[in-house]
Amino acid sequence: MSAGGIPPKIQVRGLCKAFGPKQVLRGLDIEVARGSSLVVIGGSGSGKSVLIKSIIGLVAPDSGSIEIDGEEVTGLSPSERARVTRKFGMLFQGGALFDSLLVWENVAFGLIEAQRMKRAEAKERAIATLAQVGLGPDVGHLRPSELSGGMQKRVSLARAIATRPEIIFFDEPTTGLDPIMGSVIDGLISDCVKKLGATALSITHDMASARRIADHIAMIFEGRIIWHGPIADIDRSGNPYVEQFIHGKADGPIRMQVRA
Amino acid sequence: MPVFAPIGRAVLTLLAVAGRIALFTTGSVGHGLTPPFYLRLILRQMIDIGFYSLPVVGLTAIFTGMVLALQSFTGFSRFSAESAVPNIVVLSMTRELGPVLAGLMVAGRVGAAIAAEIGTMRVTEQIDALTTLSTNPFKYLVAPRLIAGTLMLPLLVVVADIIGVFGGYMVSVYKLGFNPTTYLRNTLDFLETLDVVSGLVKAGVFGFIVTLMGCYHGYRSKGGAQGVGAATTNAVVSASVLILLFNYIVTTLFFSQ
Ligand SMILES: Nc1ncnc2c1ncn2[C@@H]1O[C@H](COP(=O)(O)OP(=O)(O)O)[C@@H](O)[C@H]1O
Ligand SMILES: [Mg+2]
Repeated sequence: MSAGGIPPKIQVRGLCKAFGPKQVLRGLDIEVARGSSLVVIGGSGSGKSVLIKSIIGLVAPDSGSIEIDGEEVTGLSPSERARVTRKFGMLFQGGALFDSLLVWENVAFGLIEAQRMKRAEAKERAIATLAQVGLGPDVGHLRPSELSGGMQKRVSLARAIATRPEIIFFDEPTTGLDPIMGSVIDGLISDCVKKLGATALSITHDMASARRIADHIAMIFEGRIIWHGPIADIDRSGNPYVEQFIHGKADGPIRMQVRA
Repeated sequence: MPVFAPIGRAVLTLLAVAGRIALFTTGSVGHGLTPPFYLRLILRQMIDIGFYSLPVVGLTAIFTGMVLALQSFTGFSRFSAESAVPNIVVLSMTRELGPVLAGLMVAGRVGAAIAAEIGTMRVTEQIDALTTLSTNPFKYLVAPRLIAGTLMLPLLVVVADIIGVFGGYMVSVYKLGFNPTTYLRNTLDFLETLDVVSGLVKAGVFGFIVTLMGCYHGYRSKGGAQGVGAATTNAVVSASVLILLFNYIVTTLFFSQ
């Protein structure tokens, strides 16, 4: 519990998850304060996506505690889980747009399905949300497969924020984009999160992106958080793992596993 | 005991798979029977599975009916029982060949497509995205397909039965010299309600099996394009084998005293 008795928006303690013999998370702790933006950095295959999916409830952790607004969410019944899920928005690593639906239907999906909004009204909201991420109304009538990678990321972002969630998760929002488009997406993310007053938890291995969207930063290594602190401190962490990662050096304490 | 270890492993694997399929099935049916119902999606699947399967099922049925007439005529003429041709054709079509062939054709067409679509949605995280948008993938993806498959296959089989009998009629009348009126009278006189009903029950079961296998293998696929390919193959193969197995079981239930 932080000062004033307000619990952190997200509190994870001792999270463990293994897939078969492969131990991915080994007692991971993180805390995200209300309205702040935490970026978790770490190498590919270090379990960043598994961490987010555990918090959302897509992956069942083996042990540990996950609290959202002070409420324990591991082991919730499906209906209680559904109530918690409504607080979430998520931008997936690959976009994960529904290719059988039009762009505006993708953006309006949560409004229609979760909030039972009328289609016409949801369409208006979808078009407005698309405008917020810099896409015109004509894009709404295209299919996701007709869009470039950067536009798909924008649509995914629009879909993640359309329901005005309290907590938004970003899984490698800039991976696979050129640096300029990456920076544009980061700008949109910061804007949207601020406008909603949402809490954000992002994961990335792109340091430039992390610096743009983070208030706080944490580094995951071998299933645990090995360093965390405000973004301003990242360059004087004094942690050899963090040093190696942010400078992208091949030699150092982190030995790359070639096989995941 | 080195002989028993592999056998034991195989049995355990089989039991595990059966258990997973049973869990998947009860979960899907449970979700399919409770709201919300996605009527729009059910309708779209009915058109996809029913209407668009008409050509392939129709073609299969007409050639099957034709060859049935030809084969039973040449076979039965050896002991002068040619007059049984209309009965052979209509009984074989309604009881066996209509449902089984339609089921197998739909397994190839629809089962594969479902496995590929749901499998792609799985590996591109679209199924996870559904969950984060407060939508249950079982209700949104699986249930509409199961409902549409179970309802549409009997309708397809009614069409297949009619077209098959028509194919037999054409060959018998125009090639084998049957009298048209007698042929039709014999066809209808010997046909009992149970023949048709048992065939339609089979069709419903097969429709469920095909869509279930498509959804199950698609839902569990992993590992990119290769995983989706494997899911598609597994869906078609398992559906085909299960169709033949359940064909025997349903036949036993209906026709053995
Ligand atoms: N559903 C799963 N089944 C088995 N292994 C998985 C699964 N999800 C993730 N993993 C494994 O967990 C490890 C971490 O994956 P992930 O969290 O996706 O890494 P990243 O940090 O790049 O996002 C990887 O080695 C991956 O192979
Ligand atoms: Mg990842």
